[in-house]
Amino acid sequence: MNPLLNVDGISKFYGHRIGCMDVSFDLFPGEVMGIVGESGSGKSTLLNCLAGQLIPDRGAVIFDTRTDGMRDTVTMSEPERRMLSRTDWAFVHQHARDGLRMNVSAGGNVGERLMAVGARHYGEIRDQATDWLGRVEINADRVDDRPSAFSGGMQQRLQIARNLVTGPRLVFMDEPTGGLDVSVQARLLDLLRGLVREMNLSAIIVTHDLAVVRLLADRLMVMKDGHVVETGLTDQVLDDPQHGYTQLLVSSVLQV
Amino acid sequence: MIQVENVAKSFTLHNQGAAVIPVVTGASLQVAAGECVALVGQSGSGKSTLMRMIYGNYLAASGRIMIGDVDVASAEPREILDLRRYTLGYVSQFLRVVPRVPTVEVVAEPLLATGTERNAAISRAKALLDDLNIPERLWGLSPTTFSGGEQQRVNIARGFAYNYPALLLDEPTASLDGANREVVMSMIEEAKARGAAIIGIFHDEAARDRVCDREIDVTGFTPKAAA
Repeated sequence: MNPLLNVDGISKFYGHRIGCMDVSFDLFPGEVMGIVGESGSGKSTLLNCLAGQLIPDRGAVIFDTRTDGMRDTVTMSEPERRMLSRTDWAFVHQHARDGLRMNVSAGGNVGERLMAVGARHYGEIRDQATDWLGRVEINADRVDDRPSAFSGGMQQRLQIARNLVTGPRLVFMDEPTGGLDVSVQARLLDLLRGLVREMNLSAIIVTHDLAVVRLLADRLMVMKDGHVVETGLTDQVLDDPQHGYTQLLVSSVLQV
Repeated sequence: MIQVENVAKSFTLHNQGAAVIPVVTGASLQVAAGECVALVGQSGSGKSTLMRMIYGNYLAASGRIMIGDVDVASAEPREILDLRRYTLGYVSQFLRVVPRVPTVEVVAEPLLATGTERNAAISRAKALLDDLNIPERLWGLSPTTFSGGEQQRVNIARGFAYNYPALLLDEPTASLDGANREVVMSMIEEAKARGAAIIGIFHDEAARDRVCDREIDVTGFTPKAAA
């Protein structure tokens, strides 16, 4: 079976500083990969290189496209990459504001994505948008409100709806629950977990929170100073960490 | 069905003066379909460690761990994930669940993950919970607030929901009273009868003698202490 995503030797430098160095892995359909590390580990740099938000200095990100087989997205043209990011790919930002249009209604935010891929029937678009708002537990009576009137948790759920309405196969998430209250986080994690399983999504999730990866990710990569220091099944890396840094991370987590 | 060949493991605690703790060396065993083999040895001798290595939860330093055709010690992550879904079940000593998920969903999960239709999966989950004497009023609640014994029974129900060809059971009868122990014994016997290969850790000797065909003493795999 072809991997959905084949990452080969991705490196990114900021001048002489290493952003991330020589990262390679394969991701298969339905797999969720967590990338953990502390501040400055290179995890967000890596995610942005994979998702086409940053251009890596070296390496390839080869995606199994629907129509053209395995294509290196780093060397794709800008319009092709943009189309990919509206259809097969999705990106959930840490701050919902970065992934929403704040001056467009909630229904509009979701509907826009459908229109960008060719939907034209207003009634159907509105129905689909309302349906998705329901799936992320946003009340239908908020469909015409602007996200600026929503709480942080609601904005994040709206961002998820906007991203998933086009049925992407690969979702990139950068600290999807960062900055949210604990109970709001919990609800969001449950939602993400359900949607990933229901839609058989592949996902790459960057987080510093080990509890989030334990819950959502099948596989885990641990990063430190731009390098991947350990990788494996999530439960194996967390229960039997081999690298000294992973052991330090795991032992630092407080028990409630 | 299960074949462990010359497996070794040690733990290296990098942040505690690089202390090296050898735990298992030269571990070999075989379990055929329909057999139940007990791992015995005193507390701390490596029984759960060996079981976790077979499941791929702990890394083996050397050796092979064959479950059917897959060598867990060297397989790709997705092969192990696939194995855990369709072939190898594991009932650990302690229930670990996603919070806020209702008990009946926890138990149905292995069936849903293998493509069983939802209504059938939920029915089977309810039947198992009923057999294990978990009252119906608890089925819609998350098991995180249940007693130790109740949690263990939910754990067992989940482990037996799907008919795994190979099953690892770590202290399945601990925390259980007589009646529930009886139920679990029958479930193990049924699994054997349908051809499952089972490895179990039982401190309860009566339970062990009843369901296990053989015993393997893991102290034979414990590295000799340095002088």
